[in-house]
Amino acid sequence: MEKKEYRKHVISVLVENQPGALARIIELFSSRGYNIESLNVGQTEDPTISRITMVAKGDEHTIEQIVKQLRRLIDVFKVRNLTDKKKLDRELLIVRLNVETAEKKEEVKRLVDIFGAQIVDVSQDTYTVELTGDEDQIDAFLQLIKPLGIREMARTGRVAMVRALQGDTFEDKH
Amino acid sequence: MKLSGAEILLEALRLEGVEKIFGYPGGAVLDIYDRLPFTNLQHYLTRHEQGAAHAADGYARVTGKVGVCFATSGPGATNLVTGLATAQIDSVPVVAFTGNVPTFMIGNDAFQEVDTVGVTRPITKHNFLVKDVKDLADTVKKAFYIAKTGRPGVVLVDLPKDVTREIADFFEEEYKAPPQIRSYKPVLKGHPGQIKKAAKAIASAERPVLYIGGGVVSSGASDLVVKLAEVAQIPMVATLMGLTAVPGKHPQFFGMLGMHGTYAANMAVSECDLLIAIGARFDDRVTGKLSEFAKNAKVIHIDVDSAEIGKNKPVDIPIVGDAKLILEELLPEVEKQVSKNREFLVSREKWLMKIRSWADRYPLYYEPNDRVIKPQFVIEKICEVTNGDAIITTDVGQHQMWVAQYYKFRFPRQLVTSGGLGTMGFGVPAAIGAKVGRPDKIVFCVSGDGSFQMNMQEIVTAVQYSIPIKVAIINNGFLGMVRQWQGIFYNKNYSQVHMDVQPDFVKLVEAMGGVGFRVERPQDVEKVLKEAMTINDRPVVIDFVVDREEDVFPMVPPGGSLKEMILPKYGKKSLEKAV
Ligand SMILES: Cc1ncc(C[n+]2csc(CCOP(=O)(O)OP(=O)(O)O)c2C)c(N)n1
Repeated sequence: MEKKEYRKHVISVLVENQPGALARIIELFSSRGYNIESLNVGQTEDPTISRITMVAKGDEHTIEQIVKQLRRLIDVFKVRNLTDKKKLDRELLIVRLNVETAEKKEEVKRLVDIFGAQIVDVSQDTYTVELTGDEDQIDAFLQLIKPLGIREMARTGRVAMVRALQGDTFEDKH
Repeated sequence: MKLSGAEILLEALRLEGVEKIFGYPGGAVLDIYDRLPFTNLQHYLTRHEQGAAHAADGYARVTGKVGVCFATSGPGATNLVTGLATAQIDSVPVVAFTGNVPTFMIGNDAFQEVDTVGVTRPITKHNFLVKDVKDLADTVKKAFYIAKTGRPGVVLVDLPKDVTREIADFFEEEYKAPPQIRSYKPVLKGHPGQIKKAAKAIASAERPVLYIGGGVVSSGASDLVVKLAEVAQIPMVATLMGLTAVPGKHPQFFGMLGMHGTYAANMAVSECDLLIAIGARFDDRVTGKLSEFAKNAKVIHIDVDSAEIGKNKPVDIPIVGDAKLILEELLPEVEKQVSKNREFLVSREKWLMKIRSWADRYPLYYEPNDRVIKPQFVIEKICEVTNGDAIITTDVGQHQMWVAQYYKFRFPRQLVTSGGLGTMGFGVPAAIGAKVGRPDKIVFCVSGDGSFQMNMQEIVTAVQYSIPIKVAIINNGFLGMVRQWQGIFYNKNYSQVHMDVQPDFVKLVEAMGGVGFRVERPQDVEKVLKEAMTINDRPVVIDFVVDREEDVFPMVPPGGSLKEMILPKYGKKSLEKAV
């Protein structure tokens, strides 16, 4: 056995956009006790095909198994492990912050500026901020605003695509 | 042509070449059953949907064709589940059709509604819910294609009642066009570079072993495997599912490996330096302690399902594809290598001799007895009386392992047994399916008293259609295999394994319209078997009352390495443990 190195893997799957397809993929994970950290589904340029971006933690062997099992599904076109590829990798965060004082308001505005985020909703004592970025940026931003008091937040989980420079877009299923 | 959904389905089945269907009607499939008599399809009404699924499975296993079963919605569909799971895990091509409530009622908890595609998703290769009659023909076509190609498996098609009633166009020519599934393209041809590598490894190994699985049987690669073994002088061992791939009496065949494998097979795998796995999946019942399995061997793994490769055991030379196509390419390569370098055959000869000496020293063995019937003796006699030429179905338990050990098979697809799921209640309905598929063969179901009682109602099905299957109940009055485990690992605490209260099987079978026998003495075994062979119009059940506490040996304790076998007591030799 190869040595076990646990790290986050980003797996991209193209799948038929039809009922049951997503259920099959999720079931494949849950029935084998694999944990999915995030899962994102949306249409591609071809409306009959969806792209799923999954982030799962595991050693190389486990992830290889996941990829193989995914390929085996009838509805799945293509599976690719993007972990070590040059990729565009983004996540959207929406977070509502407590800003009861003027200083807090200023502080949030400052951070929003630095991170290229936006304030998208305002109430008497809250700002709601939207930020798109890679995982590190989002984590860094969250860490800085945390002391201000997060009232509510949602993150989408990652979506990812290989960079154009990488040439090929997707290998065939097998 | 304008047809109803039901008619489209039946037309499609005709075009798929389906001749036999096993099923059970109900409200949701009434439109289909209404049109069934106007076709040439022969339908067998089983007594339970589980029986229908197992019969379709048995039919598929012996014929190599796709087995087909029907069930109604709700309880009909859920009753199929065990049967479908059984076929799926053993890679048997089966297409199941279930009825469902009309589309507009789906999700309403309507009468007899179940989310059948949801329930069967984890136990099928794929499944479909047809929501529009216009998609029906194409879906059926895809279902058959998926079931039989690549790694074969189970496909379920769920048909809401309105879909079977509504009218749509059906064009035969269109149906005959090849199916288009853009996301499904099974790989069949092996990678030439890998094949070359494998041939080299085979030619240069000193102690290679061929580890044969069910994939060899299902791809029709048996002859090629035997040829490979002969050309390169390689010993062969098989899994339960792979047993019939090789003639049981072939001098290079050393029987089954694994938990109840032979001493020679398990030692050969433990000591080999090259393991050539073909259509086998390194199941834990085969490998024992994985880290010790073929520990010092290089591994070649040929399998049509890439997901099986490296799943349990790291592989040095993986080859994805159909075993038969790969062996067709591999054999000439190996022949080339062998002719270049013949000296290595000397080391092979030594290796084969070593395995033979293991086989001679520690053979399969049971203590003969002339007062009480030994179960192994019954299997040997069945083999003798049927000339090794019967199709054998089994249930699950000790009797199943004794069949694997003591029946010497002669041709592929001769053994029909639930390997992967280990489903009790499989034997009788599978025998019905097998006999329907191969009416030219004697079909013998070897069962246990526990297993037989799980689907014995199907004897009535056999009576209804004059299907002359033969059933041998190895009656030890116990759930034998469980008792064996309790005996060895739980201090003989025989909890809930007594089957002292049993029906009178002879009377029961007679009441169902079959013929029943009871045999209590060893000297009657052969006589009654011979008599059973003369009955050709009805099922026969023979209740063999056997030694109650006989155990299956060799046995590798769960989690142990294949070398750690508990061996039979060799009479005076009394070698209880060899290692
Ligand atoms: C449906 C099902 N339930 C339970 C088991 C667990 N099980 C495995 S072998 C066995 C005993 C089988 O007894 P019997 O059919 O009498 O055969 P024997 O072992 O005595 O030959 C049981 C209960 C199983 N394999 N299948």
